[in-house]
Amino acid sequence: MNTRLLFSGNDAFGEAAIISGCQFYAGYPITPQNELTQYMSRRMLEEGRIFIQSESELASINMVFGASLSGVRAMTSSSSPGISLMQEGISYLAGCELPAVVVNVMRGGPGLGNIDPSQADYFQSTRGGGHGDYRTPVLAPESVPEIFKLTPVAFELADKYRTPVILLGDGMLGQMMEPVDRDLLNIKNKVYPKPWALTGCLKRKPQSIKSLYLATGALEELNLRLQERYRRIEEQEVRFQSQISSKDSLLIVAYGTMARIAKGVIKALKSENINVGLFRPVTLWPFPSKELKNSASGIKNILVLEMSSPQMHEDVRLALPSGFKIDFLGRMGGIIPSEDEIIEKIKKMLKSLRRVK
Amino acid sequence: MKVLYKRPYALNDIQTHYCSGCGHGIIHRLVAEVIDELQIREKTIAIAPVGCAVLAYDYWNFDTTEAAHGRPLAVATAIKRVQPDKIVFTYQGDGDLAAIGTNETIHAACRGENLTVVFVNNGVYGMTGGQMAPTTVLSQKTTTTLSGRERSIHGYPLPLLEMLKVLEGVFYLERRSLFSPSEVKKSKQALLTAFQNQIENKGFSMVEILSPCPTYSKMKPVENLKWIEKEVIKTYPLGRVK
Repeated sequence: MNTRLLFSGNDAFGEAAIISGCQFYAGYPITPQNELTQYMSRRMLEEGRIFIQSESELASINMVFGASLSGVRAMTSSSSPGISLMQEGISYLAGCELPAVVVNVMRGGPGLGNIDPSQADYFQSTRGGGHGDYRTPVLAPESVPEIFKLTPVAFELADKYRTPVILLGDGMLGQMMEPVDRDLLNIKNKVYPKPWALTGCLKRKPQSIKSLYLATGALEELNLRLQERYRRIEEQEVRFQSQISSKDSLLIVAYGTMARIAKGVIKALKSENINVGLFRPVTLWPFPSKELKNSASGIKNILVLEMSSPQMHEDVRLALPSGFKIDFLGRMGGIIPSEDEIIEKIKKMLKSLRRVK
Repeated sequence: MKVLYKRPYALNDIQTHYCSGCGHGIIHRLVAEVIDELQIREKTIAIAPVGCAVLAYDYWNFDTTEAAHGRPLAVATAIKRVQPDKIVFTYQGDGDLAAIGTNETIHAACRGENLTVVFVNNGVYGMTGGQMAPTTVLSQKTTTTLSGRERSIHGYPLPLLEMLKVLEGVFYLERRSLFSPSEVKKSKQALLTAFQNQIENKGFSMVEILSPCPTYSKMKPVENLKWIEKEVIKTYPLGRVK
């Protein structure tokens, strides 16, 4: 019997982390991700695992640092302003080559902003976010079921590459409830040995986990090792979804909630015989540049949709050579572009194209 | 022939980077002696701070990590929760523990985490060039209080142990110094108690040690110790606080 369970996105991040083997969670309240912290406060204790409501996001991420160096899977979550506070800790995790999963349920910014859904932390998530030369893999689910698919991937990437990994959602995904097939909850976790963990030096030499390298050239050695790892991630861990047909006259590039809305737009336009394709990056870093270039090659007209200023737009421009017409529609400050305004934009684009022809 | 004095096994046989007359070398050694005596070296995990003692992990012969500035007690909290059978301690300076990390310090103490904290109070930021610390005493000259710390401009020195005393979660607080051989012995005894408390699951224990920084006190090592004995203890009285 294939039963279905109803989950909000925030609860789903929590349950998916638990079935991914997350042994430690620390969190600090911030809207719109509070349900996740609340969910973990109950479920982690039920599972005999560790939950700490910390005194700040700084403490949360540093607790995750301590749990991770102990060799267990660890997660924290927050929303945009709280994620800004965590950047120091994420940089240290990267510098110490420690795995961790950080959920960001984005809200409008800058500053305190508001508590509405937003995608304004794209640059912060995909460019490292904190100080120093580092990157973090970023996974952007578009639905509650996909949270169950990508959370185990996040933990696995973190362990495999010894890096913090960002799960990037927004207030809409966090608050929205959707049915989830029970099968999705059957996750088999790959276990990665962690001989580097600090567990006391019984029967081995003492070990250190640190990110300070004072000797000339020593830090660059770490940097080169990290860069080599990032190249491997770029080669091997790209994820995307493309929904393209040869009849498409335009290609939408969108991720997360925005891609979900784009799917509605595409369906509505189909009924008017207007064919539009969708390219949805699932990993925002590594960005699926080659895959986008291949997918877009027969179309040439691109519309980037974001719940922010043009941010992913830059990655799309970097991925596509000249000759593509790349347009943008986005709303900021927690405003979600409506299907109608996107449809109007697409019709206007197609009309001007016909005029050019 | 009988060996009366030797390097503790928990202390590596290498030269430290500390300035002459600095207290860190003595305190590193006292910690190592205590760890040897309690036979806990193989299950000890230490968290070094940002500051002069950041390189402590090179000097100790057990597992070590280094936390971001001010965050050792958040890191330690998680290590101890995940590995309750291990002995986890932080080694922190005054800037780390009582300025940038005050929040983490107070909340780890308030939660009553079963941790040991070695708090080295030398009254200045040593690594960055001798600026005023939260613990700099009134009228003490530093590179950011050139005419001496003045209450109306720089505020009062922070009495951290006295602040922590009121917290239910705190089990043991003691302030000691290094200005005489007998004080060094008392410091060691306090450290022994603080580690023993953790072994016995008694809860949060902190030992503050008033330590010399001759380089930035602009004093000779012996003068610096005398100054601590005569002046600093007026602001930071020695003894058991809780």
